[in-house]
Amino acid sequence: MTVLAQADLRLDANAIDYLLLAFYFFVVLGIGYLARKQVSTSLDFFLSGRSLPAWVTGLAFIAANLGAIEVMGMSANGAEYGLPTAHYFWIGAVPAMLFLGIVMMPFYYGSKVRSVPEFMLRRFGKPAHLVNGISFAAAQILIAGANLFLLASVVNLLLGWPIWVSVILAAVIVLSYTALGGLSAAIYNEVLQFFVIVAALLPLTIVGLYKVGGWDGLVDKVAGGPGGAEQLSSWPGNQLTGFGDNFLSVLGLVFGLGFVLSFGYWTTNFVEVQRAMASKSMSAARRTPIIGAFPKILMPFIVIIPGMIAGVTVTELQGENKAALMAGDGAESGATFNDALLLLMRDLLPNGMLGIAIAGLLASFMAGMAANLSSFNTVFTYDIWQAYIKKGESDEYYLRTGRTVTAIATVLAIGTAFIASTYSNLMDYLQQLFSFFNAPLFATFILGMFWKRMTPTAGWTGLVSGTLAALGVFALAETGVWDLPGQGASFVGAGAAFAVDIVVSVVVTYMTQPKPAPQLVGLVYSMTPKERLKHATTGDDAGWYRSPGLLAGIALVITIVLNFIF
Amino acid sequence: MADESRSRSAGVFDIRLIIALLMGVYGAVLTVLGIGFTTDEDMAKSADININLWAGLAMLVFAGVFVLWAQLRPLTVPDNVESDATEEEAVEPGH
Repeated sequence: MTVLAQADLRLDANAIDYLLLAFYFFVVLGIGYLARKQVSTSLDFFLSGRSLPAWVTGLAFIAANLGAIEVMGMSANGAEYGLPTAHYFWIGAVPAMLFLGIVMMPFYYGSKVRSVPEFMLRRFGKPAHLVNGISFAAAQILIAGANLFLLASVVNLLLGWPIWVSVILAAVIVLSYTALGGLSAAIYNEVLQFFVIVAALLPLTIVGLYKVGGWDGLVDKVAGGPGGAEQLSSWPGNQLTGFGDNFLSVLGLVFGLGFVLSFGYWTTNFVEVQRAMASKSMSAARRTPIIGAFPKILMPFIVIIPGMIAGVTVTELQGENKAALMAGDGAESGATFNDALLLLMRDLLPNGMLGIAIAGLLASFMAGMAANLSSFNTVFTYDIWQAYIKKGESDEYYLRTGRTVTAIATVLAIGTAFIASTYSNLMDYLQQLFSFFNAPLFATFILGMFWKRMTPTAGWTGLVSGTLAALGVFALAETGVWDLPGQGASFVGAGAAFAVDIVVSVVVTYMTQPKPAPQLVGLVYSMTPKERLKHATTGDDAGWYRSPGLLAGIALVITIVLNFIF
Repeated sequence: MADESRSRSAGVFDIRLIIALLMGVYGAVLTVLGIGFTTDEDMAKSADININLWAGLAMLVFAGVFVLWAQLRPLTVPDNVESDATEEEAVEPGH
């Protein structure tokens, strides 16, 4: 946290900016208040009563991921590595989101589970359920802390308040609307936040591009900078992966990032899947991630490009400072890549637009944290409290538990904010967490969904050994035994977790008893009648433009074209 | 129980109008700032673009489109709920 304070980043906000910011908070809390009226059962609170239209859940789907981490972390990445960062979107997110909508959503929505761990319970039984429930809950608290820390550093710059004051104040605001309105409030706010974030970043990008002399100007400046021309094309991305060899780098990106990390993240992360589960029909649930994929494809242009512009125009980040930061030393200016977006805003935006940009950043923080909280309280209440601690209470009891748990989680997140503050590039921290939790989960899921022989024991042993493998790689990289700079350590960790999980699951499966076939209907592909995986094509779900398959095809073509251009 | 919550959430408020409200207010404030209160210093800062004015106008247009959308396609309580959705409360998951 002291890192941010060293460089003088105080934004020159005036009364108008504060007014715009205040109005935003007024609307956010208003949504929480209005959504509260709809909450009368625990299903309303945790899954919005499964009633939302696809465009709302689709935008919430990506907004939940578009936390301050994503916005500030990805622009930090853009400043440090340049265009290869786009892999997180085009190789990473988009194919996985389409896969979720087309292949996996029918199982999630069709089986009527209320959470991803609950799917584990029905497929693999209690041990896998408990392992997954606890590791997911722990990960959410850690990530919520990272969001809190980012918000605190923004407010610290803006108002000069001590970090701990802004951490607590921000936590109280998010807490009040998620505890009041549950998932609906979180989702509606995420949709609102999405638009505010775009309204903040799009003008910033346009002004920034004018400043550097258009796209050509940016290309010239980046090529002449410390990263060189390599930062202008997304492949092979050696700087990002830390692999010197081009082939290994591409392999690391496609398999580590693209396949294991991203598929693991997007298809099994309940934060995301929960948004789709809240939609009103199977068709809407399948369209949720696919609709989300379209804005996701375009996101690099308003997140990574501002980062790159900051890396060549902002005094504190360009030239020698950038070279020093890339080498892993502190820059003389005291700035870090995490400051890229803030510094660019300071340099380019007049009062008025500045207020909206600040609102956008705070919005993105709250979107992320509210998403963490609303999925944490669901998993904790349904999968830990109701399943193992207090069974068979009234629905009202669990609704109350959900609200209490939200408050406790907020307090815990304040604690983990201080862990997050020790990393200089927060994406490194997050990719690290994902390699521990999501990569093995994805392996277990994909085996479990398509291989009916897989046994309950294999389910949990695979998960545990996968996570241990990722932790092992992390330990080797941290202690310097295995030198993996950049984000290579988390890519390798994810790959190891995935491979170990698969091997252990297969070996254990052949030594233990599978579940009886009738219990696998709706959970395993070959055991599920094809009609159960279909969705209605009438009424609100009619029309070619609502066909999940076609929409997914269009998104895929756009992504491939973009990969060729950049 | 499920049907009740479904119809209520459709009727209570329309998120499109709330988005339009926020964007409309932002757009109006920025447009006024852009027309009346933009100094040369501001212009120099933002690469000689009157970004407040342009962003403000864009937000007003955006808000207008959302209001129009909400007017043309008002929220309705779905009457043809998918067959599998009606039985969602009947299934007691996980036990």
